Amino acid sequence: MRFTAEVKVMLKEGISDPQGQTIERALPALGYEGVGEVRVGKRIELKLDAGDIDEARAKVEDMCNRLLANPVIESFQVEVS
Amino acid sequence: MKPRVGVVQFPGSNCEQDCVRAFRSLGAEVEMIWHAEEHLPEVDLVVLPGGFAHGDYLRTGALARFSPIMAAVEAHAAAGGLLLGICNGFQILCEAGLLPGALRKNAGLKFICAWTELRVDNVDTPYTGRATPGQVLKIPINHFEGNWYADDATKDRMVANGQIVLRYVDNPNGSLVDAAGISNGSGNVLGLMPHPERACEALLGSEDGKVILGSVLDLIGRSPRRPASELKAVSGLESAT
Repeated sequence: MRFTAEVKVMLKEGISDPQGQTIERALPALGYEGVGEVRVGKRIELKLDAGDIDEARAKVEDMCNRLLANPVIESFQVEVS
Repeated sequence: MKPRVGVVQFPGSNCEQDCVRAFRSLGAEVEMIWHAEEHLPEVDLVVLPGGFAHGDYLRTGALARFSPIMAAVEAHAAAGGLLLGICNGFQILCEAGLLPGALRKNAGLKFICAWTELRVDNVDTPYTGRATPGQVLKIPINHFEGNWYADDATKDRMVANGQIVLRYVDNPNGSLVDAAGISNGSGNVLGLMPHPERACEALLGSEDGKVILGSVLDLIGRSPRRPASELKAVSGLESAT
């Protein structure tokens, strides 16, 4: 079966995110007050073949651990449909 | 016998010729190794040069660590072989797990191309034998992702072990503990963001890079490599086992 996966990769909590900080500093200049905790990540979409949804999820999690995310600084979430 | 240096060339490397020139000027025999090779030639030192290997897509070094040559590079390091990663090469070593931590985007979100001053904090490594303790070297940086990070436990252990070999005098990129160059636990693997190969000629503004590149060649000169063929002949193990 063909599955669709969405992977969200974010810097782990506690790891400084200079892109998020820069955006956070820029927003008040556009008139948006009270905005905080801006974090920037990546979204990766892919399609894959697998026997069932659990196998598909396991495959994508394996991809994340080996390549799509760097576990030293990043966390990931996988959604398969 | 001249020290032998192998410089790995990935698609997207752009400092490999600088490394070749610098090591040759210091008296080494240097050869380039294409990333798609599966075996290393007989070399004393493997260098992963700077650049943008595989376009640095996804993350810096993330794809390069899966180049075919990397299995042989990992085996070389695991056997105690000397392995030096400069800039993108350092990023690749972290991605490959050959050095601890990871390199994040610079704290100021700027690509920085500038001269930096580095303090040598550990002279007892294969790469710093020519340095005096605390010596300050003038060597340029040229990167966007040089902001080294490791979790507290790893960082504390490395500081205690003297693995933070080179530190920025004036931290340009937010790197933890001002780390500019770090080693693995046994010291045979060094990664650094600054480019010593670009600081080996007075004409270029500094010759301090020779302290690092020359140190490792000195070490090789003191403990000459014995070719595998010679080892077999001497030990006779090949016929005995």
